[in-house]
Amino acid sequence: MSNEPIKLAAQHVDLWFGKKQVLKNINITFPKNIVTALIGPSGCGKSTLLRCFNRMHDLSPDAHIEGKFLLDEQDIYNQKISATEVRRRIGMVFQKANTFPKSIYENINYGLKINDVPKADRPGIVEQALKESYLWDEVKDNLDMPATRLSGGQQQRLCIARTVALRPEVILMDEPCSALDPLSTAKIEELIVELKKDYTILIVTHNMQQAQRIADKTVFMYLGEIIESGNTKSIFTDPQEELTTNYVKGHFG
Amino acid sequence: MSKKLASILEWGTLLISTGTVCFFLVVIMWDIISKGAASLSWDFITALPTDGMTKGGILPAIIGTVLLTLITALVAAPFGISCAIYLNEYASDNWTTRIIRASIRNLAGVPSIIYGLFGLALFVQGLHMGTSLISAGLTLGLLSLPYIIITTEEALRRIPASTREAALAVGATQLESIRDVVLPSAIPGILTGIVLTLSRAAGETAPILFTGVAFYINNPSGYLNQEFMALPYHLYMLSTQHQAIEQVRPLAYGTALVLIIVVFLLNLSAFYIRYKHSKNE
Repeated sequence: MSNEPIKLAAQHVDLWFGKKQVLKNINITFPKNIVTALIGPSGCGKSTLLRCFNRMHDLSPDAHIEGKFLLDEQDIYNQKISATEVRRRIGMVFQKANTFPKSIYENINYGLKINDVPKADRPGIVEQALKESYLWDEVKDNLDMPATRLSGGQQQRLCIARTVALRPEVILMDEPCSALDPLSTAKIEELIVELKKDYTILIVTHNMQQAQRIADKTVFMYLGEIIESGNTKSIFTDPQEELTTNYVKGHFG
Repeated sequence: MSKKLASILEWGTLLISTGTVCFFLVVIMWDIISKGAASLSWDFITALPTDGMTKGGILPAIIGTVLLTLITALVAAPFGISCAIYLNEYASDNWTTRIIRASIRNLAGVPSIIYGLFGLALFVQGLHMGTSLISAGLTLGLLSLPYIIITTEEALRRIPASTREAALAVGATQLESIRDVVLPSAIPGILTGIVLTLSRAAGETAPILFTGVAFYINNPSGYLNQEFMALPYHLYMLSTQHQAIEQVRPLAYGTALVLIIVVFLLNLSAFYIRYKHSKNE
């Protein structure tokens, strides 16, 4: 697994919100077509780190970032690449399903439209994306229905469909199942494992069983630092740091 | 026991407060409807006033108020919405922004007669527009601006950050995210704010007093550069300034009823917008 090429990397990253330092000297690489889980107690900076990768902090004026974020060895904060291009290549699925207040079809079509995908190709891509998210059979007769009428789990799968429709290279997921019931969670986990074939996936999760079920690699963060990272199995069964041991055994968090 | 007594007292207070408000509303409505209904007729709303206002209809005043409200909307809505978008979506939270916000809130509290005098100085005299429909419309537009900014900003603030992020995450620019996702979600709130503001503007008298309203013009068509008749001013004149007050009293009540109906129709459309949107959710 370590032979996989590096898809995404953070080098010497520090991040402040105002005067508060939230990320401290983060150095990490994410191999291609691998699911990496980011775990750690609330407030450890895992979501903040995740959001750096598609420049979601650009709009918060009090965020200050130092260090480098590399996608295929290209600096994604470089002037030569726009935030919108970064976000098209690095998709994101959020904690709470945030479907657009539009129809199911338009939810996926919107991203295609603003990224200038030729009009004739769009219906096919929408269908394909819905199939890849295992949503097609449930919604194929109601594509004009407002997306808000779908169940929470269906909405989250629609958000995933919206993301994969753009054929990103990396998909970031910020606790995508935290608002869902176990059945919907199972469906999304199944989907994530399936998506791994084509995408590099980073997933923030509070659920340690989930990390063990779906992640190949796991990164443990604490108070803005990466304490330990490695194969999921070794992190959970043979952690090297005491903090990691205490966390994965549920002593705190 | 004392807890039960307290809850009965609380409940009673709320009930009495609500009852009082409703009571006055019903009394006012009843007074106007019972006395105004008699003068309400097809002729009343389609004819010109005749015989020194003692007979005939109020068509010019209805047209004047409708056109005036329309101009107010055309002036206040685009500027108000744009300003709110800037404040809520682009402006960073620093002291300049805070001063702008505080000023807008203060402007909303400025008495309407001050707007009237300002309109007189700026539009009528300064910009040589004379006492005219356009001067009055611009003045009322200024008066409505702060309300529209405040309600629009409120509507935008209710759209969660995650909605904006959803658009950004599929590669939208900030402008595209506002245009395609944020504004459509906020439209019901924005429209409600605009309609309620306009229904208030439609009933204003003081700002148009110096800027263009006339007691009597003898043609119904409103030209931008001419004086015009308006329902609230017409009502004021009929009920306090007319030489035969007792004789025109029924007409005054009729005018009041028409004004209330116009405002009520505006409010009704705001309700309809909300209802239609909540059904789409």
